[in-house]
Amino acid sequence: MSAPVSRRRVGAILRRELRDYRRNRYMLVSMGVIPAVFLAEPLIYVLRLPPSASVPLSHQHQLLYMLGIPALVPALVAAASVVTERAQGTLEPVLTTPVRREELLLGKALAPLLPSVAVSYLVYGLFVCVIELFAHPGVAPALLQAPVVIAQVIFTPLIAAFSIWVGLAISTLSRDIRAAQQLSMLCNLPVVAFAVLTAFNVIHPTLGLAVGAGAALLAAYRVGWRVVSALFDRERLVSARGR
Amino acid sequence: MSARGARQRGDRPQAAHAGREGPALSVNGLCKRFGDRVAFEDVSFEIGYGEVFGFLGPNGAGKTTTVRTLGTLIAPTAGTAMVAGIPLTPENGVEIRRRISIMPESPGLYPRLSVRENLECFADLYEVPDPRDRIDRALRAVKLLERDRDLCGALSKGLRQRVALARALLGDPAVVFLDEPTAGLDPVATRDVHELIASLRDSGVTIFLTTHRLEEAERLCDRVAILNTRLRTIGRPAELRERLFARTLSVRTRTPLTDPGRVFAGLAGVEGWRVRAADEAPAPGAGGAPGAAPGADGAPGADGAAGARAADGAARSDGTTYLLEVSDPYAAAPAATRALVAAGADVLSIGEWHHSLEDVYLQLIDDPAPEARP
Repeated sequence: MSAPVSRRRVGAILRRELRDYRRNRYMLVSMGVIPAVFLAEPLIYVLRLPPSASVPLSHQHQLLYMLGIPALVPALVAAASVVTERAQGTLEPVLTTPVRREELLLGKALAPLLPSVAVSYLVYGLFVCVIELFAHPGVAPALLQAPVVIAQVIFTPLIAAFSIWVGLAISTLSRDIRAAQQLSMLCNLPVVAFAVLTAFNVIHPTLGLAVGAGAALLAAYRVGWRVVSALFDRERLVSARGR
Repeated sequence: MSARGARQRGDRPQAAHAGREGPALSVNGLCKRFGDRVAFEDVSFEIGYGEVFGFLGPNGAGKTTTVRTLGTLIAPTAGTAMVAGIPLTPENGVEIRRRISIMPESPGLYPRLSVRENLECFADLYEVPDPRDRIDRALRAVKLLERDRDLCGALSKGLRQRVALARALLGDPAVVFLDEPTAGLDPVATRDVHELIASLRDSGVTIFLTTHRLEEAERLCDRVAILNTRLRTIGRPAELRERLFARTLSVRTRTPLTDPGRVFAGLAGVEGWRVRAADEAPAPGAGGAPGAAPGADGAPGADGAAGARAADGAARSDGTTYLLEVSDPYAAAPAATRALVAAGADVLSIGEWHHSLEDVYLQLIDDPAPEARP
């Protein structure tokens, strides 16, 4: 039977990563720019709508467009996670401690998850506040339908978690930080495309679709954990063969 | 003799770590291959608790891979080992890593985190009780307590090395692997690290020291092993010198002898002589490292004129030095002194010439024979 995961060790990795993000200007800019881009477009679009637009608007789901944020922000951050540590030589000392692979991966996965989900919710809140305050009457109720808001709340962490496993897998295999980040973003583009097409009603969102997508993401999450666990081999990570 | 046959154990008194049974490290025929490439093979040795063990070898000899293997980062291809009393198996990785610490060649500190934050992270990874106190003690040991708020990225290489050392002490390890711990340190910091290693040894911690600084190994290590993919030798530095080199007497005269062959011929216990070459560097604590002295070598009875010419060439402002291969310096020295005085030589000094660990190292590394020497 495998030993229980040490919360203290997971916490150590998590705290260390969050401290590092906070002091990494590049990381902060990345975490700010992508949400800003995904906020600006729907905001401009909605604020320019006339009051008569509320009826056709009820067939659109602008809020879902912003699911691109949990798809791309953690992808960028997670993709840098392992490859950066290998490049700066900090991974080997960590691997020489009693930390287990699962603890290290859990810490590394939680670190991008928390800020990216928080940023996503913050941006949604900002969007809702702005359209409630400044959009024409009728626009906000047309956009903020309960199923969409619920879907938004549920799918944000699911998409972020999937994106993190993709990012971590690529980061574990990569030798170059920028290449890892670009590849991770590319791999997450289908998720973004799906969200955008749903937002503009090209893909008609239904309860069945939501359940199916949720199940697919949960399955992908399990596969992602196994794949990254298998890739996260100490020997490969520290020896020249893995570089 | 095979490397296995070269196994030895330090016999340093182990009062401080009574209760720890068996060797701290026991390695038996360990081997690691990456595909067709052999990183190291047939490596065997035992190290006791509280011993400082030097692991020497040229670049690419397999030292770091050996450390990584014993540190459970890399799985061995063949062979067995016990690390801190635990068999080296994948299942025991966590338990072994709990009892050891490894300071890699590169300090590997998080540059955007302060010294204390770096250590806090590792204290939690080792799950040390009372981490604040442990961190303070580790920082005090490396004399960095006053710099604990500094960002590691802003520290000099030497200070980063000291932080890495402090990190290695956090988990209260039984065995510490130090890979080039004094690389990049100034002499004062180097001395501090040496003192720290000595104090760790005194408290019963086993130190596995990988270094290129042979004088450091000679000064700190109870025993050394020389690796060049295979173990070339293992033993105490003094033993290795005796094993590889004949004992040598160094005789310094004010002026070159006119016929040194005649002076040294037939002296009891003297098996050969030569003039110390002008480019031979002095060895620590004594004459220097004997190397080639072309044209000046001589067995007793060698051409005296040739010896004198060589002596002229090797003459220094501080005199001429002759190196005598002897079986027993204590018997040969009085005989040589009498012969020199009888020959009218102005003797400045006479004493035993000590080969350095560097001589041993160079001799073995250049030696193509792969077998370890007992």
